[in-house]
Amino acid sequence: MRIIVVGAGEVGSSIAASLCGTHEVVVVDIDPDRVSDLTYELDVLAIEGDGGDRTTLQEAGIGDADLVIASTDDDETNIVTCGTADTLGDAFTICRVKGTQYLDTWRNADGAFGIDFMVCTVLLTAESVVRLIGLPAAQDVDTFSGGAVRMAQFEVPVDSPVADQTVAEADRWDSLTFAAIVRDEEFVIPSGDTYIRADDEVIVIGSPECVREFAADLSPRSAGPDDIVIVGGSEVGFQTARLLEERGFRPRLIEREGERARQLAEDLPKTTVMESDATDRDFLEREHVGDADVVVTALDNDEKNLLAALLAKRLGAQRTVSLTETGAYVQLFEAVGVDVAVNPRETVAEEITRFTREQRAENVAIIEDDRAEVLELTVDEGSSLADRAIRESVPDLPAGTVIGAITRDGSLVTPRGETVIRPGDHVVLFVNTEDIDAVAAQV
Amino acid sequence: MRIRVDWRTSVSVLGTILKILALPLASMAALALFYSEPLVPFLVPFAGSLLAGVGLERIERDEPGPREAFLLVASAWLAVALVGAIPFVLAGQGTLADPVNALFESMSGITTTGATVVGRFEIHGRAILMWRQVLQWLGGLGILVLAVGLLSELSVSGAQLMETETRTQDVTKLTPRMAGTARLLGGLYLGLTALLAALLYGLHLLGPRIGVPDLAPEMTLYDAVAHALTTIATAGFSPHAKSVGAFSPAVQWVVVVGMFVGATNFVLLYHLSRGDTTRIRDSEEFRVYLGVVVGGALVVGAMLVLDGEYPLGEELVRATLFQVTSIVTTTGYATVDFDLWSAGPRHVLFLGMFVGGMAGSTTCSIKTLRWLVVGKTFRRDLFTAVHPRAIKPVRLSGAAIDEDTIRDIYAYTLVSVVIFGLLTVFVVVDASRAGVEVTEFGAMGAAASTFLNIGPAFGFAGPYGSYEPFPDSTKLVMVVMMWVGRIEIFPVLALLTRSFWES
Repeated sequence: MRIIVVGAGEVGSSIAASLCGTHEVVVVDIDPDRVSDLTYELDVLAIEGDGGDRTTLQEAGIGDADLVIASTDDDETNIVTCGTADTLGDAFTICRVKGTQYLDTWRNADGAFGIDFMVCTVLLTAESVVRLIGLPAAQDVDTFSGGAVRMAQFEVPVDSPVADQTVAEADRWDSLTFAAIVRDEEFVIPSGDTYIRADDEVIVIGSPECVREFAADLSPRSAGPDDIVIVGGSEVGFQTARLLEERGFRPRLIEREGERARQLAEDLPKTTVMESDATDRDFLEREHVGDADVVVTALDNDEKNLLAALLAKRLGAQRTVSLTETGAYVQLFEAVGVDVAVNPRETVAEEITRFTREQRAENVAIIEDDRAEVLELTVDEGSSLADRAIRESVPDLPAGTVIGAITRDGSLVTPRGETVIRPGDHVVLFVNTEDIDAVAAQV
Repeated sequence: MRIRVDWRTSVSVLGTILKILALPLASMAALALFYSEPLVPFLVPFAGSLLAGVGLERIERDEPGPREAFLLVASAWLAVALVGAIPFVLAGQGTLADPVNALFESMSGITTTGATVVGRFEIHGRAILMWRQVLQWLGGLGILVLAVGLLSELSVSGAQLMETETRTQDVTKLTPRMAGTARLLGGLYLGLTALLAALLYGLHLLGPRIGVPDLAPEMTLYDAVAHALTTIATAGFSPHAKSVGAFSPAVQWVVVVGMFVGATNFVLLYHLSRGDTTRIRDSEEFRVYLGVVVGGALVVGAMLVLDGEYPLGEELVRATLFQVTSIVTTTGYATVDFDLWSAGPRHVLFLGMFVGGMAGSTTCSIKTLRWLVVGKTFRRDLFTAVHPRAIKPVRLSGAAIDEDTIRDIYAYTLVSVVIFGLLTVFVVVDASRAGVEVTEFGAMGAAASTFLNIGPAFGFAGPYGSYEPFPDSTKLVMVVMMWVGRIEIFPVLALLTRSFWES
């Protein structure tokens, strides 16, 4: 497939890097330095130019491109790029935007701006923060099969009941599969007698209820959050509060600037908005922010986010989720004490890559920096899985492939050795990155 | 001192309003002709207002701004009251012949108060008694709403004028043009009045045909129109000494509904008339208004049962619901002399005077909207006392109210209560000066009832009584207070400030 990526910032390069192994990727950027850097870093064709410019797109081969991804940092540029691409060829267009108003227009008007798929950074980030909150201790959460299947990555705490048990012993949640264990940055595909250790990260796939139960049991303290504090009334902060309101929470939101605080208070009827500096210790103590189950920091500055998160943690907040605009800070944040760091660009790159793989794979999550992926596929008659018990078919798949979940007619079937997969079933597979194409072909 | 108000514009528009006033006066002259009553009492003010109107209109006018609107609204209500008093003086019958009494009756009419100084109703001509009803109907929706609806030349500044007249809410434009909105509201007002008149007269006609002769035997066409005019206007004059008590239970029930509808927000009624029920169901103010009426009736009813005033039954329900609705909607009708009730129910009715119906209706008093905002704001303040940094907008039916409006509403409510207090003291002092015996409660009732435009009070000014015994000085102050209260204080008080007249 020929893919044109417009904009080689963090998002664009990340997408290009994920796709260039299996597809022909052309990257367009207006900055000559970035173009030359990219030419050496990745196996892509890098072109200097403006994505909204007809000649640039033609030079990038828009005529036989299958996919155009507009991923610059500027909403209007992305929209114009997609609109231009739409008139020049029949490539599928994916547009990245920040403003929710464009997403709203696009959702309500079929094919608005000539865009086939729109990804909203702000909303996507807020959604991923909310999913992290809804599942205590989860680090990365994705849903498959229209919400019937969830996958989450958990860090096993020292006092956890599953620590020092084998996978077979720990397997006491009805429809839950242990897909992988990450230990010291090493990837382990578990078998029944693999031990789970404290500080391991386990990746589980199962029904949402089961994943939530597992999360609750994994660490005794996290009985589900109730008191949620959002620090910073940025767009992401606002959308997070709005989504939490939709889910029945009554969050608190701290915003420093008076007029913005008033605006937020008017738009968020169930949220208690407070006007204060998030680093004002007296204020945080008076409002008992330390008693919060989750503190989300969504200020527009990485350093302040870190500071606010650490201060909240120090005051006693159970969990902190912090936004960071810089991808490289994610691990740093988590190393110094923030429980989960979320990078909006990484989130959006993940979403676009997932969508791109949608040829047959319906949903893709990237685990631990591309070492493994989760595929959602529909099993057809010719598949090697069809009409066979899992016990028999799995040895035919590349080693390390795990069948995480099966959905039949919209409901979850827990995969066990004797389960027979039928044509038409959706399967969620956990696959090593290098085996993706082999698996996709076989299944 | 140079006057900065473009008073010429206000006077010129006032001329237009006087010109329109000639129309109802002419129709009253026609009614007098029909009943073979003297025509002079109507022809003189008819000619006067027509000439004055046409004359004043010739003054060159500009677009009225906020100041001109204040001046116009204040002077329009006063001028109509003055013209409206002329027929009573010229007719020269009974207590109304006295100029002070005539002015009191006229102001009480146009402000939809319903406080009367008529001693014996039967000595007055039918046209004169109908004039009282018509005055109330003209004042019901607001003189300027009617004027803007009638005259397209006022259309651009119409929003300004209508907003000055009813301060409680920004005028909701139902159509792109203001005149269209005024016409819709006016049409709805007229339609509801006509519907009620038809219902009342329909009961009268229907009774003998379905074999229930006492369904509404007294409700003649004249009475049906007369009561329809002052029910939807929540005004309260009746050509009968016994008010609606002179009619059958069926009529009383219809009137209860009419009063309730009249004090319901007309924008909601408009949407309801188009089949949209969601707005009225979502309106918090409507729920509170309904709650006040039903809750008040339950309390009064329970007290009356304990007093042994009524046995449990239809009569109890009707009597309590009627008096409570009448007071809360600021209509001022009565079906029983509630002044004879014990202290408990009378005090509840007294408190009910301060509530009023919904904003944007024909009601007067402080209005449920303001009380609702005051209550919600106070609850918010209790919250922010504990969380000083919290920003918590006050919401009404989901929408946030801005802080300026809240301040405005607090000030209005406070000023209303203060004026009521001052007026009470004045009534007591002036009555004792003139040697008229007024009880403390009677004075409070009369002060609240006139300033808040309800009508009947307690003691000799009770529902079946008259304000006539008050000294002239008290009556004149009450005239001013009815005027101030009806146009929601600000237009009149603004005229008294120096900054209004200067730059």
